[in-house]
Amino acid sequence: MRQISYATAANEAMLEEMRRDPKTIYLATDAPGPLVKEFGTKRVLGTPITEATFTGMAIGAAGSGYRPIVNWSMVTFSFVAMDQIVNQASKIHYMFGGQAKFPIVFRASVGGGRQLAAQHSQSPYSMFMNLAGLKMILPSTPYDMKGLLKSAIRDDNPVISFESSRLMGLRGEIPDEEYIVPLGKADIKREGSDVTVVALAWMVHEALAAAETLQQEGLSIEVIDPRTLVPMDVETIRASVRKTGRLVVADEAGPTASAAAEICALVTEDPATFRALKAPVKRVCALQVPIPYSPQLESYVFPDREKIMAGVRAVLQ
Amino acid sequence: MSLTAQQQLAMLRTRQTIRRFEERASDEFQAGHIYGVVHCYIGQEAVAVGICSALRREDQIISTHRGHGHCIAKGADLKRMMAELYGRATGYCKGKGGSMHIADFGIGMLGANGIVAGGIPIITGAGLAAQLDGKGRVAVSFFGDGASSAGSFHESLNIAALWKLPVIYVCENNSYGVNMPASDAVSVKDVAERGTAYGMPGIVVDGNDVLAVYEAAEAAVRRARAGAGPTLLECKTYRWRNHTEIKGIPDSRPAEELAVWKEKDPIARLVTQLKTQRLLTDEDWTEMDAAILQEIEQSVAFARESPFPPLETALEDVFAN
Repeated sequence: MRQISYATAANEAMLEEMRRDPKTIYLATDAPGPLVKEFGTKRVLGTPITEATFTGMAIGAAGSGYRPIVNWSMVTFSFVAMDQIVNQASKIHYMFGGQAKFPIVFRASVGGGRQLAAQHSQSPYSMFMNLAGLKMILPSTPYDMKGLLKSAIRDDNPVISFESSRLMGLRGEIPDEEYIVPLGKADIKREGSDVTVVALAWMVHEALAAAETLQQEGLSIEVIDPRTLVPMDVETIRASVRKTGRLVVADEAGPTASAAAEICALVTEDPATFRALKAPVKRVCALQVPIPYSPQLESYVFPDREKIMAGVRAVLQ
Repeated sequence: MSLTAQQQLAMLRTRQTIRRFEERASDEFQAGHIYGVVHCYIGQEAVAVGICSALRREDQIISTHRGHGHCIAKGADLKRMMAELYGRATGYCKGKGGSMHIADFGIGMLGANGIVAGGIPIITGAGLAAQLDGKGRVAVSFFGDGASSAGSFHESLNIAALWKLPVIYVCENNSYGVNMPASDAVSVKDVAERGTAYGMPGIVVDGNDVLAVYEAAEAAVRRARAGAGPTLLECKTYRWRNHTEIKGIPDSRPAEELAVWKEKDPIARLVTQLKTQRLLTDEDWTEMDAAILQEIEQSVAFARESPFPPLETALEDVFAN
């Protein structure tokens, strides 16, 4: 098994998929050298800084038989393209009665931890989850990144790939042979019996660290990574909660109308899972503020392993 | 003029079909058989017909909220259009789109769009696909004077000129964005001037003269197919109806202005020309109109006989499988 970084895993996924299908093209304000070198400037297009337009162009190219990968770079830049995402990409398959397919991948880095302040640090998954018609992946390891991104590129729908900027340098094992990770399949990153922690992206690693510490105190924590936010593998999450009777959801976004709130609702509205609950569910999220710049303020705003441990203790009370 | 009598008569027929279709759609809307909103194109028919007559079936267009004319001119089926307006399962979008969202990807009609300027980047991407395919296909965006001040118009023209995309941007300047006069919303006298800023030809055409529109479109299409890049065509025209067919919405446009434009009726004008050239008799014209009315009648009958979509179809087509 090879060890590669989260960022390299994404590049490998794109290279392999672009080799596999000549209809796959790449659009972004920055055309990466290795991609240009292999596929040329016809398929790897460096665009002017026009998010609204190159996002819309991907829709037109997809509706004309291509499979564009669009890199917004930071997810906050996608807000400039909201009409094309919200009014067009998410709706036109449905609105036109399903007569054309729009296979597009939108790549976007999310989260904070690099003191880039409010306009460059955000995790707005739930804004997009609230729309119907977009799929979204949220890989937490190099293995998941490569496998999920390949599935996303092969999917016939618009898929947003939310990529944690804190994890870009994280290294992990990747098989030498080709593999994919299917969309809509959660991963139990650690098995346990006392508390279920559903953790998103970077928080998966904080939850695993918290579980390690809590194990020394005799607590058994199950850590679940949904990996795909839409479609959400709710059954794996509910089954875990039915087993442990306790749920903590850890997310780098704020708690209000969040992915974490959705996961809590999916768990508690299921009668069998609700009956199995031994304590109220708990969200461990960022504070509900724009992400501040100063390192001390930024760390204070985000959840981490300490806050997850506090959350676990709260549901064990 | 390279157009044959046959072609000119076909153009006349398409324009009259658009007008009769919309007159009927408006009546059906008033009668409560068509829901939501209907935006009529009456008065502007020469633009859609002139442009689409210069296109091949595989060429692609994208439309606006005022899209019936573009659909019909590109060759859409009247029955499936009327059924969509009626919200029926047999409509182009299975009753999920309505008047504002008719599409037929099979004839290169990439959809009518309820967001002003929303279609411009999408057709620019279709132009990119055409360039990559290398088969000489072109892509045409219809939009109004209002859209020419939106950001995505400017971004799209910049990219299309930069990459020499085979796109034709057709501004149908009907002088008003809802009730806002173009002179209060557009910083230049002619929208076409904006083409110059992005390094492409900007051409003003009399949008009520179908032959002038056709000639300009033909030149732009030739340029696009040859790989010479995009063109901005501004077609000056006027809509006869209010912004929508919903009653009670004020129309602040001066009545005398409409009267002047009605004198320039793009259909009456072509009829006169064809009669002068002895290509059309009064009898031919009456016959043609009667045949069109019959076709519209059949589309209404088809829509009425079609079932409403089964309720479970509301959950279908969110994702492609």
